[in-house]
Amino acid sequence: MSRGVSSATEAGLLSCGTCGLLTRPAVAATPGYCPRCGTTLAWRRGSIQYTWALVIAAAICYIPANVLPVLTTTALGETESDTIMGGVIFLYATGSWPLALIVLIASVMIPLGKLVALAYLLITVQRGSLKNMHDRTRIYELVEFVGRWSMLDVFVDAFIVALIQLQPLMSVEPGLGVVFFMAVVVLTMLAAQSFDPRLIWDSLAKRPIHHG
Amino acid sequence: METIACPDCDLLQRIPALPPGGKARCPRCSKTLATQRADPLNRPLALTVAAAIALLIANTMPLMGLSAVGRESSTTIIGGAREMWLQGSEITAVIVAFCAVIAPAGHVLFLLAVLLAVRRPPAPRWVGELLRSAHFMQPWSMTEVMMLGILVALFKIAQLATVVPGIGMYAAGAFVALVAAVMVTFDPREVWKRVEWADGRPPSELTQSAEGGPP
Repeated sequence: MSRGVSSATEAGLLSCGTCGLLTRPAVAATPGYCPRCGTTLAWRRGSIQYTWALVIAAAICYIPANVLPVLTTTALGETESDTIMGGVIFLYATGSWPLALIVLIASVMIPLGKLVALAYLLITVQRGSLKNMHDRTRIYELVEFVGRWSMLDVFVDAFIVALIQLQPLMSVEPGLGVVFFMAVVVLTMLAAQSFDPRLIWDSLAKRPIHHG
Repeated sequence: METIACPDCDLLQRIPALPPGGKARCPRCSKTLATQRADPLNRPLALTVAAAIALLIANTMPLMGLSAVGRESSTTIIGGAREMWLQGSEITAVIVAFCAVIAPAGHVLFLLAVLLAVRRPPAPRWVGELLRSAHFMQPWSMTEVMMLGILVALFKIAQLATVVPGIGMYAAGAFVALVAAVMVTFDPREVWKRVEWADGRPPSELTQSAEGGPP
């Protein structure tokens, strides 16, 4: 980076995470509260360990989410279970490849991509990497932006369950897979919120940063 | 001119006075830092009122009806969560209710209260608290994801039964469009300029924001 470029932290300044107000804390170790909006101030939000814990928990839940059935259909005495991939294959087989592709992206690729991206961001920050800082910030924004779309399959299952209750002919029950799948989505969203992208740029600073 | 630190990379910089529709990006990480809206408080207020009405209809009217083998059933948004609860998946029911009903309602109602309260500056402190709550709700408000989910669910069910979209579905679509419009017309910086400070000071930039007002 060019000379003369300075981060707020290097200048002893702190921006509020809620309203953006720039302040100079009297005591650097305990920044206190934002004078404008009252938010508790921190040099960096969350912590790397906390984000790691959420990412690992999500990665563990990702396995049962894909292996266990999300829906169990009972029709005319016959019972059939569907996993997430099973739902994608069903959509593809019934001739709707655009919907199959949407579900594949939202339910399989986005959660996996988020886990890989968050792990990559955490590892590069821990190593103090100075490479691709601009791209890594964009990856972070993308992870935050697309995360919500993974909830798609949960809504699909909820509305199928709600509509197909035609006892005794046919009924659909949610499986355990949907709970794990939802856990993956919620945990990765919380992980993305707790990761502070400013950590990526802190590697440039000469003096140590107070991690909140 | 306002000195800020980029929320993504912490670079110190000044935001210049922007023309209407102008954007300021961080020179280091290219994060959009500020966008000057033409009418940053009145337009979002009108759109938020419309969104609140659409949300009310979306949550009270049936989303869709289904008829198969001589039987009929219909569901509302909360009905999707309720049935999950009855079928024994309580956690799923709570999260679906939160993302499809509580978070969208909280987001829009908090914004509505904020936009009404800032019309007469200095706005009291709780306006800032409400704006913070609205920001918290925003990522969990998933009406558009729910709409796509319903589309996929409808397609899967269409093999078995006839499905008719209800009024609630159109209202939910209108809500998604209106909330998107609120987000591109609203500027939270304008609210912070008008809110009384937590430490009791009146807003510091009142005079400055009054100068640049529309004719």
